[in-house]
Amino acid sequence: MLQEHAKIVDFIAAAEGITGRKKMQKMIYILKKMGVPFQEKYEFHIYGPYSEELTARVEELCDMGFLSEEMEDKGSYVQYKYSVTKEGGDFRSTLKESVLEDPAYAEKLNEKSARFLELTATLLYFDQLERSEQIEKLHVVKGKLNFTEEEIEEAFAFIEELSALKKLP
Amino acid sequence: MDYASQKLAEEKVFKDPVHRYIHVRDQVIWDLVSTREFQRLRRIKQLGTSYLVFHGAEHSRFSHSLGVYEIVRRISDDIFHGRPEWDENERLVVLCAALLHDLGHGPFSHSFEKVFQVDHEEFTREILLGDTEVNRVLTKVGADFPAKVAEVIAKTYGNKQVVSLISSQIDADRMDYLQRDAYYTGVSYGHFDMERILRVMRPVDDQVVIKSSGMHAIEDYIMSRYQMYWQVYFHPVARSAEVILRKILQRAKELSEGGYKFAQPPTHFLSFFDRTFTLKDYLALDEGVLMTYFQLWMTERDPILADLSDRFVNRRLFQYIDFDPGKDYRKLGELAQLFRKAGIDPDYYLIDDSTSDLPYDFYRPGEEEERLPIQLLMPSGEIKELSRLSQIVDAISGKRRTDYKLYFPAELLIDGKKKAVKQQILEMLREGGI
Repeated sequence: MLQEHAKIVDFIAAAEGITGRKKMQKMIYILKKMGVPFQEKYEFHIYGPYSEELTARVEELCDMGFLSEEMEDKGSYVQYKYSVTKEGGDFRSTLKESVLEDPAYAEKLNEKSARFLELTATLLYFDQLERSEQIEKLHVVKGKLNFTEEEIEEAFAFIEELSALKKLP
Repeated sequence: MDYASQKLAEEKVFKDPVHRYIHVRDQVIWDLVSTREFQRLRRIKQLGTSYLVFHGAEHSRFSHSLGVYEIVRRISDDIFHGRPEWDENERLVVLCAALLHDLGHGPFSHSFEKVFQVDHEEFTREILLGDTEVNRVLTKVGADFPAKVAEVIAKTYGNKQVVSLISSQIDADRMDYLQRDAYYTGVSYGHFDMERILRVMRPVDDQVVIKSSGMHAIEDYIMSRYQMYWQVYFHPVARSAEVILRKILQRAKELSEGGYKFAQPPTHFLSFFDRTFTLKDYLALDEGVLMTYFQLWMTERDPILADLSDRFVNRRLFQYIDFDPGKDYRKLGELAQLFRKAGIDPDYYLIDDSTSDLPYDFYRPGEEEERLPIQLLMPSGEIKELSRLSQIVDAISGKRRTDYKLYFPAELLIDGKKKAVKQQILEMLREGGI
């Protein structure tokens, strides 16, 4: 019961907190694409793959007191920082097994910028296409972000690195 | 004349209770309606299990799809036609996307997708691009046309005006389903002045905006949506039926994986149980097929599958209570233990369910919101976000409402067997212990 909620808490705990709603959305999408059993449904939105279900679940977890949400004023913009509360830690223990076998992957994703994760998630969204078509599509939907060739190469390399995850549970 | 611009000798119309008539002049649209994949939508209800609460709600995804097409046709042919900011070349792609946007929905989509981990949008894409009658019709327009239609539906199409007509906070999809669902459920919510909204829609830059004079019609639309979600879509009794439906499919899957010998083998489901399904397997399913299995499974040896199937077919639904998961999740664990002691499997008979809705949200520059706001076009030409001008909309903007329920079979707790433990369960349920 409430296992899908517990998986989100488990993941945020493994990442030792996440700053940025966009970042969290993309991290979970990328892991889902790598075969981690998150159940949230994603669609394409302004910043690429986005899950309304995940947004709802995170808000519910904040209401339940299992996650804390802090707003950080960055001057020209604000960011939300999520971390697991003490009650959330207890709730996490209801999960039969951790959603990630190796928490290092959560850290690996967390080290990346929201922009880079948006790029990676968008490329993964078009992973049924040939590589050249994926890049073409990226420029159509993310034209304003002007991703460089280097960034795109780096994202493909990152996807390859993460693909090792598919061997996990 | 090329196929894309080919017109029927005479206009065809579908009589429709919401839009009065649905008008078809394009050969492409007429041919798409006749495909087997589109006709299949007649056999899938728009509102899933809601007919068990609102007996009129038997309408199909077929009629909704025609309705969305009709709204977009009117916007494209009557409202946007001739406006310099609207690209007339997009007409056919947006009409096809409107008609086909729900093509991948399966029987009782919501439950089916959850149990079998499939996504109707992926199936929509596969139907549009795969070996199907729909694909053959679209390909006659142009080799890249099926992909264009798929991109509009997936919201990855370059022209955002086109995407937002099908999918945004005020789109043809929502405008049709709110009115259609209100009509068939018989509720008094869900009505708003669509004529007025259509007349004040304008294509501007890469979006569709609303002339500020239409703000009150938009307020009405947002309130209608809010009411429909809580009065119809999230009705706790319809959710009870959804819970049972999910559990039937889950039980059948579990039994099949455990080597159980079904009296009626679940042939149509086998490839979904082991995830080897093809598009053909998916298209072979509709609600008639599922209901037939449920009827047959009512006499299965497995008592859980038989009971759940009987509950769904004969509307013996679970009871429910409100609960607060943040406070009560430990007690939920205790309750599950007591259910086991009472000989009732909590995995199938003690189910928590949450649902939530955000009536309207807006994009604040610098924040990480994902929803395109509704923008108003002021007489000066300035664009202003709706909630900045509307106090009513501002009052509900960004405010999510969530509802948690706990579902259980009340009559199994008072059947006289294992009285003591069942009494304990009832006390926990009744006394607000959970």
